[in-house]
Amino acid sequence: MSPAVRRAIALAALAGLGVALLVACLGLPDFGHPRGPYATAVIPLSLDHRHVTSAVAGVTFDIRGIDTLGEELILFSAAVGATVLLRSQRAEEDARDAIERHHELAERTPAPVRGLGAALAGPLLVLGVYIVAHGQLTPGGGFQGGVVLASAFLLVYAAGHFIRLGRVKPESLVEAAEAAGAGAYVLIALGGLVFAGAAMENFLPYGTTGELLSGGTIPVLNAAVGVEVCGAIVLILSELLDQAMLRHEDA
Amino acid sequence: MSVLLLVTLALVALTGTATVLVRDPARQLVVAGIFGLALAIMFFAFGAPDVALSQIAVSAVAVPVMALLTLVRFDRDDE
Repeated sequence: MSPAVRRAIALAALAGLGVALLVACLGLPDFGHPRGPYATAVIPLSLDHRHVTSAVAGVTFDIRGIDTLGEELILFSAAVGATVLLRSQRAEEDARDAIERHHELAERTPAPVRGLGAALAGPLLVLGVYIVAHGQLTPGGGFQGGVVLASAFLLVYAAGHFIRLGRVKPESLVEAAEAAGAGAYVLIALGGLVFAGAAMENFLPYGTTGELLSGGTIPVLNAAVGVEVCGAIVLILSELLDQAMLRHEDA
Repeated sequence: MSVLLLVTLALVALTGTATVLVRDPARQLVVAGIFGLALAIMFFAFGAPDVALSQIAVSAVAVPVMALLTLVRFDRDDE
């Protein structure tokens, strides 16, 4: 097939897709006026039933709490899978070489970059904890806060010799955190089954709506997700970083 | 629809097109990060701060770092 014919077919298909998209957009409900009954029902439900001011947290950890459990386990198995694959590709001596190479590279990292990494790591850590802890009150929660926490550790890595990563990121601790986070979520789901009669059912006191300790199991679930997500991201990134520092041709 | 929403939508269109037009993968990653930021601002303006936070986490941290590390691997294999 000549390039001209191929281009003609592609343009025709794109034009068709464009028209279809335009027609679909014209049929959308007006902005701020959803058609289904659920969007308007979920806010009083979260507020009165689960005592959380963030309706998204109410949906994620109560109405579809089991789905969130599935997502947790997907991230967990993805991190384990990536780690197993990357580790099987290299021997122990390779890993030691990689650490040395990282130290050499860190020497060449510009001082401002390292200083900035060291300066931002602390505030980011606090921000991450804040986002996780306030998941039931304001937007955010375990997933977003967990990634922010992971990026704080990443900045420590960028800071290079300013702070040694080996001391902040002991691998076994990261692995344990990831597994503990995923396990804690499962245990809280089972706790509902034991103490309240259904999986994911709340079994902790609700507290006063709008306060830091409110919403029953939701803040605990958020903390579990935060630890798990942070552990998973740090684990995947540190495995990839070790891999990137390896040079097979001169090994 | 207010001016703010239109501006954020235009920013998304602009940075999205820019991401496609940049050809060098390393530079493309930086532009893609700005595209992600534009998306996050758009979500925030449309009243979805939760989605905006997730967008920032994914497009500013997870994707660029992983893609960058993959690029390092490719460059080394080319040597």
